[in-house]
Order: sequence, then structure tokens, then C-alpha cells
Amino acid sequence: MNINKPSPSHLWRWFDPRDKSIGTIAFIINRLSAIGLTIYLFLHLAVLSKLVAGSQAYDDFLILAKSPAIKIGEMFVIAGGIIHGLNGIRITINSLGFLLKIQNGLLVGLMIIALAAIVYFAIRMFSGA
Amino acid sequence: MNDTIWTIELKIFRQRADAQRYFQTFQIEINPDEYVLDAIEKVWAFHDRSLTFRHACHHSTCGACGMLVNGIEKLTCITSIRSVTQNNGKLLIEPLRNFPVLSDLVVDTSSMFKALEEIGFNQVASLPSACLPYERKTLEHERSEYQRLVDCIECGMCISACPVSLTDSNYLGPAVLAAAHDASSQPLSNKILEIVDSRDGLWRCHNAFECSAVCPSNVEPGLRIMKMRQTVIAHRIKKLFSRG
Repeated sequence: MNINKPSPSHLWRWFDPRDKSIGTIAFIINRLSAIGLTIYLFLHLAVLSKLVAGSQAYDDFLILAKSPAIKIGEMFVIAGGIIHGLNGIRITINSLGFLLKIQNGLLVGLMIIALAAIVYFAIRMFSGA
Repeated sequence: MNDTIWTIELKIFRQRADAQRYFQTFQIEINPDEYVLDAIEKVWAFHDRSLTFRHACHHSTCGACGMLVNGIEKLTCITSIRSVTQNNGKLLIEPLRNFPVLSDLVVDTSSMFKALEEIGFNQVASLPSACLPYERKTLEHERSEYQRLVDCIECGMCISACPVSLTDSNYLGPAVLAAAHDASSQPLSNKILEIVDSRDGLWRCHNAFECSAVCPSNVEPGLRIMKMRQTVIAHRIKKLFSRG
């Protein structure tokens, strides 16, 4: 079989970062964060559906939500949202034909902002502020 | 070129039509200032005459010898041995991705050439049209009737590197969209607009810019696709306000 032809079955290779440029790393990060945020959306809807089961079921969940494991999970959601959002801003700017010569620098700059924002939220969340 | 001789191991992809693929290993001695294409030719000349690969000009003009060298798209005639391995090192040589393999390292790039023809790709263009948008600033004193060869050598390496071309056989691909940008530097024709402003055209690109990273000729397909988007968006807005 000629495996070299384009095929949807090659989708997994989107996530192979070996020998790739910074643009593809951003491409991979954007897909991973999008998948993570989509999973979170369904989890969020599932949690909200507990309201139907009555106030006690929801209160039990809120106790669970304060556990460190869930907080770490929430931190991943915040990180995913920030990274995906800022990367999306870069893509929009570039897609409108602007800042193309500095698109790598733009990505690095936005990811530094993302890192700073993630650290800020982590401190706030885990210090209880 | 100095007299140094390196011993290197070439692991080369082999496949005939739809037969089972495999890798064959060859050990050769070569000057590190020679090129990867020279190493492949040595394998063909001294080890295995059945090895098939494409090559012609040997000076990065024809675009025939694009291959994967250690997993990265390289024009093998200008990739020195020294830049990709070391003495007693290894080289993995594979055909370009996203094109059907015809034989060993030879891929069928006819789909790209057909699409280029459809878009009206011309190898000679007016000076402003052949240059990248940011290069045009230096052309103020040049006369627009001057013509030159466009930079694209139709090697197909941008299509090989593109993640979207990897999964979607209908996607026009960076080479074709860059050519469309080249052809559309003059007023946008309805024919080009119809081809590029489509599901498999400009809007399928996902901004990985891998095409620009591997292009050996500084065509910057990624930049051209984005500039073309800008042109198409401007065209749509104009159309919207000219309806009344």
C-alpha cells in the first residue's frame, strides 16, 4: 500500500513535534488546548446537570471541587484557555495579513504573556486569595 | 573543499509501486563538503544501480531532488553532508511526504503541476509581482515592465511539510496558493478567486508556517497565503458595499 498519499488516517502525525518549526509547535499546542477545552465543556455541562438531582447532590460536588486534584485540573483549564485564546489572536492577526514577518516573535511574546498570566492565576488559586 | 573523508551510513527508503516498503543501509566514504545528493549518487554508482531518485541541475534551480533528510525536507543538491551528520554518523533518506511514491525516492508530483497550471502559474513575472510584498519597498526605482523568474522552483517541499496536506488530498497546498498570490498581484481575476476562495483553498490553511520554514527558495508560501487572504477579505468587503 502506498502510505505516502494524504489521508485522514495520518491525523495522529499532526501531534508529532519532531523536526518541526515553531509554527507547527503552535499548531500542535492549539489543537491540544482545543481538545482539552472541549472535554472540559462536556464535563462542565455534566456537573451543571447535577442541579437537576437536587441541592444536596450539587453541594456534595462542591465539596469535591475544592480538592487539590480538581484545583489542578481547573488550573489546566485556565492555562488551556489563555494559551488557546492568545494563540488565536496571533492567528487572526496573521490571517488578516499583518505582522507576518514577525509571526515567530509574536508567538513567543504571546506565550510569555500566557505564562505570566498562568503563574498569576496559579498563585491566586493555590494561595486562596 | 578539503581532503577530509568521512564514513557515513545511509539508510534509504525503498519501495516499488505498491509493494512492501523497507529501508536499505549503505556505508559510503565521502568528503563532508560534498552534498547529500552526491552521497545518494555514490550509492547508485557503486552499490545499487536499481536505486531510483530524481535529480537534474545540481544547483537548486530545477527542484527535482527534494527529499526528507533525517525527517526534514531538504533540497539534497545544496544540503552539505557536514550540515546534517558527522563522521561515522547516519543519514535517513526518505521520499517527500504527501505525494504517492512511484519508486524508492521518486514521488508523483503531477497533482501539484496540474493545480499550478490551472491557477495560471507563470515562471516569469513582472518584477513587482515576482517579489515578496516586503521586498517591493526596495523596487521604487525599478521599472515595473522589467521581468524576472519567479522564486518557486516547484520542488513540492512545502506540500510535503504542510500538516493540512498530510490529511486532506483535496487541499490545494502551499505551492499552488503561493502561485495564486503571485498571479493575483495584478487585479484579482474571477477564475483565481473561485479557486482560492473555496473550501479547499485559502481557508483550509492552519497557519503552521512549516511551508515557509522548509522552502529552499524563500518563496514564503505561508506569508503569501495570508496576504492572499487579506486581498480576498478586502474584495469581499468591497463587493458587500458595492451591491447597493
